[in-house]
Amino acid sequence: MSETTTLTVDKSIDARGSFCPGPLLELIRGVKSVEVDQTLEVLSSDPGSNKDIPIWVTKAKHELVAIVQEEGYNRFVIRKTH
Amino acid sequence: MADKMSIILFSGTVDKLMAAATLATGGAAMGQDVDIFLTFWGLNAFRKDQVRTNMKFSADFAEFAEPAMQAMQAKNVPHWMDVLRSATEIGNVHVKACGMTLELFGWTKDDLDDIVEDVIGVGSFVEEAKDARINLFI
Repeated sequence: MSETTTLTVDKSIDARGSFCPGPLLELIRGVKSVEVDQTLEVLSSDPGSNKDIPIWVTKAKHELVAIVQEEGYNRFVIRKTH
Repeated sequence: MADKMSIILFSGTVDKLMAAATLATGGAAMGQDVDIFLTFWGLNAFRKDQVRTNMKFSADFAEFAEPAMQAMQAKNVPHWMDVLRSATEIGNVHVKACGMTLELFGWTKDDLDDIVEDVIGVGSFVEEAKDARINLFI
């Protein structure tokens, strides 16, 4: 696997099929459950997540590493910074 | 002082309970303190024997009641009370009951779901809500 297509994460949360505010809740719980500097990804098919997750990550002062568009859902990769 | 959001939950239909629970969770997620004041039908919906059995839907949209309930079930949309519980887990969310409504209908705090932490009057609610920048009447 090449590095350009694969992002290694410490935790993956599949929130596909979950409705607003489900994916955001999963993300908040996920961030609590990992260590500082670890990364986690949330998979969400909720269109609201495209705005909500980046806004939350900015407000909570973590780092949004990437948003990867997949077929029917997005993959949000976040690094816990504090 | 954290930003605050206050919700007066007057309605007791599932669609509006869902809306209130979702908004409260959004508030909690975004770091707002959230105060919810339950009165009338909103308070009725928090009675222990009503929480899981109440299937009422806004009468204005009665024709949507059946399909909406079926869609929520088919798509595993969590119960509004479970959404609200999630809000209390991630943030500073306080649910309080209107004493006047309790008195009027002859209910007591013991009749209510334990998410309800206190019984207050409208004066205390206003005092608590006056600093909130987001005030909702649902």
